[in-house]
Amino acid sequence: MFVMIMGCGRVGARVASLLSRAGHEVTILDTNSNAFRRLDPDFTGTTLVGNGVDVDVLRRAGIERADAFAAATQGDNRNVMAAQVARHIFGVPKVVSRIYDPLRQETFEMLGIETISPTVIGAESFLERLAPGLTGDQAPRESQDYPDTAATPR
Amino acid sequence: MYVIVAGGGKVGFYLAKELVQQGNEVLIIEQDSRRATDIEAELGTIVMTGDACETTTLRDAGAERADLVAAVTGDDEDNLVICQVAKVRFHAGRTIARINNPKNADIFNRLGIDDTVSATDVVLSVIEQEIPQKHLVPILRLRNTDVEIVEAKIEEGSAVAGHRLKDVDLPDPSTIAVILREGTAIFPTMDTPILIGDELVAFTTSQNEGALRQALLG
Repeated sequence: MFVMIMGCGRVGARVASLLSRAGHEVTILDTNSNAFRRLDPDFTGTTLVGNGVDVDVLRRAGIERADAFAAATQGDNRNVMAAQVARHIFGVPKVVSRIYDPLRQETFEMLGIETISPTVIGAESFLERLAPGLTGDQAPRESQDYPDTAATPR
Repeated sequence: MYVIVAGGGKVGFYLAKELVQQGNEVLIIEQDSRRATDIEAELGTIVMTGDACETTTLRDAGAERADLVAAVTGDDEDNLVICQVAKVRFHAGRTIARINNPKNADIFNRLGIDDTVSATDVVLSVIEQEIPQKHLVPILRLRNTDVEIVEAKIEEGSAVAGHRLKDVDLPDPSTIAVILREGTAIFPTMDTPILIGDELVAFTTSQNEGALRQALLG
């Protein structure tokens, strides 16, 4: 399988390294060449400096023949944009995007983008340890107002 | 008309100012509260502090009843998300996104954004109109179609110079709509001659652009 990963942070680098170790072909993108230091020393895939929301960069990285695409930068909007381009413009069969903001996650599920929210997953893991039996479904949902929106990553 | 302007930078500020002067109801959404206060000092209480990508912010802004949402922050991806949230969650009337990368025009369109505006493209087309070239200058593409308005300057040696319009073999479909001659606009009939120095403004399709160039410029 040929997997393209956008964002070589801790998560992106780890996913890329594990896939590469399992024998998959991997291309990983980041806007900062220093980020590639996080990759496994035996990483055999391709690294490419560039912005994954630029179609030219995606094409150069070979998106047209990618089997899967993961958007894992720090920016929610960058991730959803690149994910939609991969899915809807280039027709990549499997596309997953990281979204920190659970409110935005709902919108993008509506747009047909598969998302992972580390906020939701992290909070659930904490709850499991701190108060077993209390599940994420009982946590505040979107109907509540969140006065503090400034701290949300973009 | 009720217009939500997302992003209170220079573009958002002047856009809102013009829209207010034209008598529209306008709300600017600006993330930075200091900047929001500054805008308010100049334009009055038409500013809301918040992140326009957030569902709650757009709800509070009354996105359901907005005739238009113009996302004019400096980042293409933010503008895409603002327009998509406004469309998908609130069914806002029209959405316009400012873009930096001209290639995003087509992509945003395919992702459901009604219109895009690219300063890069505007400057580029002005430059292209300034440089004399033996090709058609694209002026405008009609929204959601492949119909383009192009301009061609008739130089010395052009095969059509001196011919009447009816004797020019144009690819089908395409039409010469206006001839610009010595500062005046002529709406041609089939008997109007084409002269050296004329600038022809034509409607054509993207497939016929090459054939039209061949027909007019040789």
